[in-house]
Amino acid sequence: MKLMGTFWILWMTMSLLALPVNSALAQSGSWQDNVYDPGKLKPVDSRLKVEVGQRAPDFALPSVSGEIVSLSRFKGRKHVVISFVPAAWTTVCSDQWPGYNIAEALFAENNAILLGISVDNIPTLFAWTRQMGELWFPVLSDFWPHGKVADTFGVLRSDGTSERAIFIIDKAGIIRYAHVGDINRRPDLKGIVDALTALNR
Amino acid sequence: MKNKFISCLIVAVVVVALSMPALAGNGPPVVGDALPEMVFPVPQNASHREYLGLEEGGTFSIPQIDAQVVIIEIFSMYCPHCQREAPTVNGFYAKIQNDGSLKGRVKMIGIGVGNSEFEVGVFRKKYNISFPLFADADFSAHKKLGEVRTPYFIGIKIADDRNHRVFYSQLGGPHDARGFLEKMLQQAGQ
Repeated sequence: MKLMGTFWILWMTMSLLALPVNSALAQSGSWQDNVYDPGKLKPVDSRLKVEVGQRAPDFALPSVSGEIVSLSRFKGRKHVVISFVPAAWTTVCSDQWPGYNIAEALFAENNAILLGISVDNIPTLFAWTRQMGELWFPVLSDFWPHGKVADTFGVLRSDGTSERAIFIIDKAGIIRYAHVGDINRRPDLKGIVDALTALNR
Repeated sequence: MKNKFISCLIVAVVVVALSMPALAGNGPPVVGDALPEMVFPVPQNASHREYLGLEEGGTFSIPQIDAQVVIIEIFSMYCPHCQREAPTVNGFYAKIQNDGSLKGRVKMIGIGVGNSEFEVGVFRKKYNISFPLFADADFSAHKKLGEVRTPYFIGIKIADDRNHRVFYSQLGGPHDARGFLEKMLQQAGQ
């Protein structure tokens, strides 16, 4: 009987945990039922390997438009904002870059370029970003070797996706801002703009 | 032993029962019903305050707006559909403002769900939006509105005694400003 009671408690607890999490993410109607809701995830699942003030590790990744984009190509010319998003076709990510897409002026005013990076492969990123409209910034694939750039920065999670992270690298190639937020939430755009404004002050 | 089992069972049932309301949440606003209670800060912008007929400072709820009909757009600056529809929504608002019989009686607001004040400001500036927009950064209004997808439009009709009812509650933007206005007015019985 005691066993039965313990079993009941366990069963009830498990059933509750298994219920889908209501994520309240203001899903855009544009995506209809085409995005996957991974439910509530562990907020952060990696440890940063870079820090503010340090030189950013260089990388070169293929972009959806076909060219190879390296970090070093912007050295001496533009500040670089890197937006790592965890995975294509998921809830929060699908509504992050479309917002940045209407904020081009804020980046331009601050002499900055935006690079979007995910660990998905090019065909997936192509199909996904086409639903967002015409993006003004390059979208890069960190698919192979899988998540190598994310891992270099210390934002590769144990399941092979990346964190929802923002890095700002100044014209000299130095990391000036690093934000690894709760993967379940979209960071406020104001954080990026304030950091860029401070860089240009 | 039997008693122990029964107490375990009761505890489990209570846990599930307590969790139900939180998991169920609210549904989208229903035509014929009243809006859920939501408050927003009175705009600092004087022309927006004047448009809504509100006194400076504090908070207000939507049925306090000085109008017979209020049309509410639930949007997000991060939503591609809301971005694409923004010029049509502006056209819809302009049609109301340019019609002497509607201006002052039919008013419009937007609620940016999951958007900070800053993000709502980016959307306002990008699309040159004249009607008042409010931030719902913590999704509190969104939760009360049944976590609808965006853009979502709600129309309410306010009687002289300030009682109100929802007459329109649907997902999707206007697509066509004139057609949308005609549909709204017809459904509002105007």
